[in-house]
Amino acid sequence: MTRYSRRTLLKVGAAFAGASAIGSPSILSAQAARIKIGHLVPLTGFLGAIGSYAQLGVKMAAEEINASGGIIGKQIDLMSEDSVNPATASTKAQRMIEQDGAVLLFGEISSASSLTIMQVAERNKKVFFSTGARSDALRGKDCNRYSFHCDIPNTVMVNAVGTALKQKGMVKGKKFVTLTADYIFGHDLLKAAKAFFSANDATLIGDELIATDVTDFSPYLLKVRQAKPDVVCCNLAGNQVTNLVKQYAEFGLPYPLVGFNLNTGDAWAMGEGNLSGTWPTVWYHTLENSASKAFVEAFTKKYGKPPENHAWIEYITLKMIAQAITETKSTESDALIAYFEKQTQFDIMKARKAYFRSWDHQLVQEAYPFTVKPKGEMKDKWDMLVLGEAVPAAGAKLESIYPTKTQNPCNMKA
Amino acid sequence: MQFGFLLEQVVNGLVLGGYYLLIALGLSLIFSVGGIVNLAHGAFYALGAYISVEITKYLGFGSAVVLSPIAVALFGILFERFILRRFYDADPILSLLVTFGLAMVTEQAIRIIWGAPPLSAAIPQALRGSVFLGDFLFSRYRLLILAVVAAVLVGVWLLLHKTSFGRVVRAGIQRPDMVAALGIRLQPYMTAIVMLGVGMAALGGAFFAPITIVHPAMGAEIITVAFVVVVIGGLGSFWGVVLAAMLVGVVRGITIHFAPAAGEASIYVLMFLVLLVRPRGLLGERIEKFE
Repeated sequence: MTRYSRRTLLKVGAAFAGASAIGSPSILSAQAARIKIGHLVPLTGFLGAIGSYAQLGVKMAAEEINASGGIIGKQIDLMSEDSVNPATASTKAQRMIEQDGAVLLFGEISSASSLTIMQVAERNKKVFFSTGARSDALRGKDCNRYSFHCDIPNTVMVNAVGTALKQKGMVKGKKFVTLTADYIFGHDLLKAAKAFFSANDATLIGDELIATDVTDFSPYLLKVRQAKPDVVCCNLAGNQVTNLVKQYAEFGLPYPLVGFNLNTGDAWAMGEGNLSGTWPTVWYHTLENSASKAFVEAFTKKYGKPPENHAWIEYITLKMIAQAITETKSTESDALIAYFEKQTQFDIMKARKAYFRSWDHQLVQEAYPFTVKPKGEMKDKWDMLVLGEAVPAAGAKLESIYPTKTQNPCNMKA
Repeated sequence: MQFGFLLEQVVNGLVLGGYYLLIALGLSLIFSVGGIVNLAHGAFYALGAYISVEITKYLGFGSAVVLSPIAVALFGILFERFILRRFYDADPILSLLVTFGLAMVTEQAIRIIWGAPPLSAAIPQALRGSVFLGDFLFSRYRLLILAVVAAVLVGVWLLLHKTSFGRVVRAGIQRPDMVAALGIRLQPYMTAIVMLGVGMAALGGAFFAPITIVHPAMGAEIITVAFVVVVIGGLGSFWGVVLAAMLVGVVRGITIHFAPAAGEASIYVLMFLVLLVRPRGLLGERIEKFE
């Protein structure tokens, strides 16, 4: 038997520990093949927490569809796996199409992984619905004919929060420091934030790029204090947001903390009394809407907790896909793309209906700024947020908060 | 003023180093005495955090940070008695695999018991906010952690250097065969060392639950840094690990001050440089059985 020096082993051990980032076993619901749909979402890593909600939402939608007889008489065979990281996401997407016979793909939260899946979709001429990725570039310069984008893009989040901040007088003439996630999503969000600051007479006096695996933010908080801003702005993602908000409360810095990105799953993990400020969201379970309320009730009954916004978006996306297949009686990419490019209207449990914009495949929908509910008014631990007025305001065109054709460099090859 | 900012980062780095120390010291002890690279060490850290969040709900934070490490230390007895003990004399690759497997099993067990979404935890109201010492800003809560780490450190040092227990353990690190020849069984000592080691990891988890995200993979996140600290510090040296933990905290802080994007990479560069100059680590001793 080979003997290893234990000292060498210790060094190998450090590398081995890093390997624990490999994904959890895939969840396959293999049945006699009907309509096979490939689903990828991060279940590990800094977006794994919110990804776990996404998986609950998509499972519920698939079960409901199958219980009511499936789509065009066929049962859905949902293959849902951990996307892990951009490289693995791409490999798995390719395998799902090539070997497992997926007719289309959907899911993902990480903008970086979403980008690699988009490339697989284009190469294989299969439709991909990116449900949770928010980078503007995905529906902008990197857009392609086979990819559709369900979540609100970074520019919309900046507009939603920015409008609310302007009303509070927190923008004009103010000094901002931003903390930004160091990957495509963060870079993209920072770009949108910078455009907003310069358009509204605010100055950016400090800007920190932060790796996605950082858990201790104390050195950054000290730098924030040294910069003495008027407002601190969080452009982070996933676990980063939770960690930052917890430690911001710990240090008790006097500057208001706001952010251009937050998912309710991250907020729920922050701990009582830690979150403050104004943030954007795409959907929240207390939304006053009967379809939304029915969904929340069914979800809560099934899983013992209310749906997070990713559970919601996965749920409505699979329902939209089912509707498209039913109406076109086809799972062919061209038929589906044509159906969505007609700008078909969908009820997505909001006051206004939504549609995929034909030229950039963005799901055009309302968004909401929110603030944090005082502790005494919370009905339960999930009831943390007070939604502001939907943006755009009632009466304004839905598209008015989305980048225009001149702002968005999306050029799809036919 | 620039110098003042830098000093602030240095001091903050020392505090952070104290936190790394809680995890790394146990890892180093278990390796030094038993020759086992415990890749499951992070799992005990995670368990410490989860159990403390549960206890906090019923008995409050104060009880949680005491009871959670005790509970995890008791788990440590089972871990040593039924798993580790079989691998002291086996090929080290086997213990590496078994502890790695255990780390994954524990992570999935946490998913099954508590669910994949993170738990919510917050600092007690009284411990929030920061204190100013002159021009320096400190988080009040981290000062408390620093005090706890200092107390633990003094306790472990006294245990290892001023008690007969400690003499046997230290002798066991250098000359296990001699200890055996004197008619002393090392196994009960190993049980105690494992309890102490995983208990400290759990203490770290309990104290960090309110300020970092409590999720199933938190153990895997901390273990890498803890390994780096142990490797830099050197084996068999109590002060080596202490020094390395502080150094890692400070180097990270200073790097973030000047080049934020390089912050996480800096500690690996540090490890690389230290190993280049001192392959045994900063204060590592020559240990016959590992050469």
